[in-house]
Amino acid sequence: MRRASWQEYQKEIADNKYYYARSCIRQNFFPGSERAFLDILTNDLGVDIFDDPLHTSCTGIGYHSDVVPLETIMTVVARQFSLMAEAGYENFISSCITSFGIYNEVLATWEEFPETEERTRRYLREATGRELVKPRSIAHTSDIMFHHRHSIARRAKRRLVNLYTGESLRVVEHIGCHYAKIFPKSGIGGSEFPYVLAGMIEAWGGDVVDYPERRHCCGFGFRNYLVQANRGSSIANSHKKLESMAPYKPDFIVANCPGCAMFLDKWQYAISEMDGTTYGANGRGIPVLTYEEMAGLVLGYDPWELGMQFHQVDVEPLLDKLGVEYNPDAKYLGRDGKLIGRPRAVAVNGCGVELGLRR
Amino acid sequence: MAYRVVIVGGGAAGMQTALELKSRGIEPVIVERDIELGGKVRGWHKLFPTFVPASDVLFPLAQRVKAARVRCFYGQEVTDIASDGVTLRSGERIPADAVVMATGFTLFDAHRKQEYGYGLYDNVITSVDLERMMNGGGVTLADGTKPQRIAILHCVGSRDEKVGQRHCSKVCCITGVKQAIELREMFPDADIFNFYMDIRMFGPGYEELYREAQEKYNIHFVRGRISEAAETIDKRIQIKAEDTLTGRPLRMTIDMLVLLVGMSANYENEGIAQRAGLELAPNGYFKTVDNFLGAVSSNRRGIFYAGAVTGAKSLADTLAEASLTASAVDDYLKEVFNK
Amino acid sequence: MAILNFGYAISRPRAIDVDNNDLRKSNDIIAEMPELQACIGCGSCTASCTAAAITDFNFRKLHTAVRRGEYKGVYDELSKCMLCGKCRLVCPRGINTRGLVMLIKRKLGDF
Repeated sequence: MRRASWQEYQKEIADNKYYYARSCIRQNFFPGSERAFLDILTNDLGVDIFDDPLHTSCTGIGYHSDVVPLETIMTVVARQFSLMAEAGYENFISSCITSFGIYNEVLATWEEFPETEERTRRYLREATGRELVKPRSIAHTSDIMFHHRHSIARRAKRRLVNLYTGESLRVVEHIGCHYAKIFPKSGIGGSEFPYVLAGMIEAWGGDVVDYPERRHCCGFGFRNYLVQANRGSSIANSHKKLESMAPYKPDFIVANCPGCAMFLDKWQYAISEMDGTTYGANGRGIPVLTYEEMAGLVLGYDPWELGMQFHQVDVEPLLDKLGVEYNPDAKYLGRDGKLIGRPRAVAVNGCGVELGLRR
Repeated sequence: MAYRVVIVGGGAAGMQTALELKSRGIEPVIVERDIELGGKVRGWHKLFPTFVPASDVLFPLAQRVKAARVRCFYGQEVTDIASDGVTLRSGERIPADAVVMATGFTLFDAHRKQEYGYGLYDNVITSVDLERMMNGGGVTLADGTKPQRIAILHCVGSRDEKVGQRHCSKVCCITGVKQAIELREMFPDADIFNFYMDIRMFGPGYEELYREAQEKYNIHFVRGRISEAAETIDKRIQIKAEDTLTGRPLRMTIDMLVLLVGMSANYENEGIAQRAGLELAPNGYFKTVDNFLGAVSSNRRGIFYAGAVTGAKSLADTLAEASLTASAVDDYLKEVFNK
Repeated sequence: MAILNFGYAISRPRAIDVDNNDLRKSNDIIAEMPELQACIGCGSCTASCTAAAITDFNFRKLHTAVRRGEYKGVYDELSKCMLCGKCRLVCPRGINTRGLVMLIKRKLGDF
């Protein structure tokens, strides 16, 4: 790919000693990705990362839906930072694009309007007795994965190559608006040609698909999704992207942002139910992965350990192309080994489901 | 003995200044960074608004400079200037009784507007590329075929604080109109769209040409700036803009996107100005004493300006101004040395 | 396949879709009245319009939309024009706006 401009957008990313801030959506909808991130960093890369049980939601979804005031979210952010300092860390990494945007925006606001920082310090002190200590560096967890992409490539069990054809897999990357559209310099590659996911895909042997609506928002939009009456505008944006990428026949989509990963996946189901359109091969959907799942598959993790059964769109066709061995019967087994139930078979979801099991 | 004036830059402004000085009995010396005279006009196809070939202006000008035996240094870059001479990168100094800065401008680098994909998508070109194509083998798409639908985007690197270019580059509007007409003549059946924020037709004959482009050549003018360009699977370009006159977003696929690149101040201006004690305008161009009676004078006596070194100018304005510069230099020399 | 009702539908894009619009009628109109392309969007026609004073009729927007191949509702909308001719008096580009109303109606009779 000829997009060399990413090299103009570099930021300092710490090599080690990270304080991990989790994502609300991911913990609920695909918790396997955060688990995988911790496992990969700790077990594969031997990096020090602290998963602090004391930290909370950044309240970003509430903030963007007008139920959490600015003063409140600033104080919550200040508390996360002070918890990090208390734990002895100074490199703050966020597992969520919304949070990443919030952290950057709050820091920038404090910089521009010092009175807001003073006020936040006072609130934090009054509410928790803590002192605000600002982080030395802020990064998104995908930045960390990008930073270590070559180490991961060296440990790879497989590459992003189609086993049947020997060709590189075609991968659509979706960055998420708040990664670099608010502060282009805070994202690797800037906002027009972000390289954070593209760099991983290329390092691990895949081909990045550049399609016309690549830069377009997935449509999550917080209140556009949260209010049922507004969901038509949310799904319309994912629809626009899927229509635009479909001619390139991507093997999978990899998303940076919890909301994007969720909506690009789940809206494929809704669209197929609403107007019968599907975007993947053989009338199925296009699998949507997180970058941890992509890294996990490259490193040889079990797809069900990665939590890929949580996806709306079946990932089995992709696993087959990659030559990943998996046990179809284990897909819906819980931690205790018992069947947790199967979803109803529909166009985007229903691989391997025998007819008799359809309800 | 004749007074000697060093002119930095051998483009249209420098050549015209040299000729005017020579006719006043002053000895001009041109220091040109390139290996030949001509500056930015070199390689240009035709000039607005009359479609006169650029070579019809440039060639006679260079011939006259040659005939007048103006001394020229080629391939030499001036790093410092003062009222009594200039210093070359080699360290050599050329003494003078006055100095004229005629170093023009730098073309805006279209790569910097990343959203248009210049350098990335084959059929996204600049207005300068288009002139070169017209001057050379002709205009085609990258695969050698004819474009069916072309968009010309105004104000790329002009009136845009995102790239630090707040000024209007002045000549791009009329260039866009001229190029649209030229494209129409090459491709009678193509759809041609000009996307603009404002149309600024400041010169004689410009507005008339604009109207002709609309009415006679059926060029579509859409008031709205293209926000992004992306390549489609068949190597065409998808663009998004607002059609502000209908108040609705507009999207379309085109075969070729022409970016009308603006005029930026030279990067070197800052260092030269700092060391010579010259004032710069906020946009990085050299600042003249005023816009009226001191329009070619710097804040340092003995240092003068000609052409686009003080701001975006058309070739016609540049040539007219160069004569004024020569006259101001002449007055200065008389005042200072012939008391 | 049963179509599920989710309580919302995929919002239709409202962008002017030049690629898929049928530009033949618009090209016809421009061919018959090339001066229409010379419109500079000054709004004098709408400013002086008798109908615009009392309804949301906007002739400038309407004929601009027609030039982009957007015809839906235009014919009916043009019925608001009272053909008073003031717009033609004020147009700085000399466009026969009054005649244009009739021209568009004639060409878009079946929309």
